[in-house]
Amino acid sequence: MEQLRELVPWVYFIAAITFIFGLKGLSGPTTAQMGNRVAAAGMLAAVIATFLEQQVAAAWILVLPAIAIGTVIGFAGARRVPMTAMPQMVAIFNGAGGGAAALVSMLEYLRATSAGSASVGEVIAILLGLMIGAVSFSGSVVAFGKLQGLIDAKAFKYAGQQLVTGGLFAGMLVFALALIADAAGIISAPTGLALGLVGLLALAFGVALVMPIGGADMPVVISLLNAYTGLAVAMAGFSIGNQMLIVAGTLVGASGTILTRLMSKAMNRSLTNVLFGAFGAATATTAGAKTDDGRTFREVSAEDAAILLGYAQSVIIVPGYGLAVAQAQHNVRELADLLEARGIEVRYAIHPVAGRMPGHMNVLLAEANVPYEKLFDMEQINEDFQRADVALVIGANDVTNPAARKDTTSPIYGMPILNVDQAQNIIVIKRSMKPGFAGIDNELYLDPKTGMLFGDAKEAVGRVVAELKKAA
Amino acid sequence: MSNEVLLGAYVFMLAIWVGNEVISKVPTTLHTPLMSGANAIHGIIIVGALLVATALPGPLGTVLGFLAVVLGTINVVGGFVVTDRMLQMFKARPRPAKPAEKK
Repeated sequence: MEQLRELVPWVYFIAAITFIFGLKGLSGPTTAQMGNRVAAAGMLAAVIATFLEQQVAAAWILVLPAIAIGTVIGFAGARRVPMTAMPQMVAIFNGAGGGAAALVSMLEYLRATSAGSASVGEVIAILLGLMIGAVSFSGSVVAFGKLQGLIDAKAFKYAGQQLVTGGLFAGMLVFALALIADAAGIISAPTGLALGLVGLLALAFGVALVMPIGGADMPVVISLLNAYTGLAVAMAGFSIGNQMLIVAGTLVGASGTILTRLMSKAMNRSLTNVLFGAFGAATATTAGAKTDDGRTFREVSAEDAAILLGYAQSVIIVPGYGLAVAQAQHNVRELADLLEARGIEVRYAIHPVAGRMPGHMNVLLAEANVPYEKLFDMEQINEDFQRADVALVIGANDVTNPAARKDTTSPIYGMPILNVDQAQNIIVIKRSMKPGFAGIDNELYLDPKTGMLFGDAKEAVGRVVAELKKAA
Repeated sequence: MSNEVLLGAYVFMLAIWVGNEVISKVPTTLHTPLMSGANAIHGIIIVGALLVATALPGPLGTVLGFLAVVLGTINVVGGFVVTDRMLQMFKARPRPAKPAEKK
């Protein structure tokens, strides 16, 4: 037993290697699944090895039921969530990790102080782990609520918001500094109370941080919180002196930061703008003015749309979030098959932030067996819109708004968009004229070339498919 | 500052570098699965949770320890399973039946 226990750090070492290779694998399409499984195997080995530690084995009656409960919840959640709800699922799993890191930090603080062995460095790591973990937990819960529709997805704003958020942050820091001063022997603070307050203020700060951010920016927020949790785990690794935790947490912190930056870049927003910009508020002023300039939209029937599509040579489908929520990917596939049977070229134009996260739309279309070669990135296909007979926009809005190109006062000005407006004809399937997540009107809908087909994406595409079948 | 913290700092620095290197070139298609996979990897906090679960005697410590292990397990299991499910979709697609064609 004693000798076996000496192997534990080596198992951790190997697990850390599997995490590096796992991440590496996840960044390539052919190796991704293998990468994920390699990392999972490393994780399993590390958990089993941990049971060789005396204090863990002795506590089996506490930890085994906890593992069982966590496994059931995690497994059921992961298996049953529809692919469209994935972003919020990732958010909630991430929140769980952040919460665990915060609790581990708390426990380690209480243990170290009761043993009288807490060094200043350790206390700093503990407090960072607690604060970052708690912010990640409450922030992820809010992100989940917004995406799931439990909380209003709009940016939540009130007077003095920055003051409140800043106050929470400052309060959290004050109590954290008091605890550090206590560890250094400068002052003697009521540590239990201060620790609880740091945790509570961090939770409140996480809520205050995410509430003012609109639903459209949630993926960036989730990605950022994912990086935060990584950092919190690394800090927990520092405080309990476990290198594997430092490696794994830091890997995620670093890669999560890069991913977050890529996402904000795709939306042409800086991270600070996402976090502190008044996206929802600035748009209210421009929203009303635009629709009242006399132009109106043109509504088309499913039959009109079917004729237009059926006699085209080249069709570009622009899928968006509306397609995802309506679960219309299979119907769209059917429509594409029908058109292709008529010898029409059908391609898909995928905006980097189509769906809810980069790559989310690709996952959904892959689920519907749309061939990979038909999916084109924005840069690959933007030139081709002017040669396309019909651009079929399904539940996408802001990523097609020409205002991003022309209107310097628009809040989305500068965001790269799909050049849908250059197609010969445009059909937009949409539930209503309501603006999208950015809360602004889309002048594409007022374009004389554009026909609006109102309805739920799945049902509307179904109607077009039925009309096409009739015509054939 | 103790040697252990310093050693940790070295590990931290190198892991940042590795994390940057490994991730910098990823096709957009894989961003969502990658985020989810990375999310599962920070579930390693479960090991930390196991190690300190009983560090503090008494009811408060037990409750905190129990909760930490539950949350850590949700992160690990949910994270890996959902990532696997996502990646399954890329694999399930039948390959183009033209093996002779050169890429």
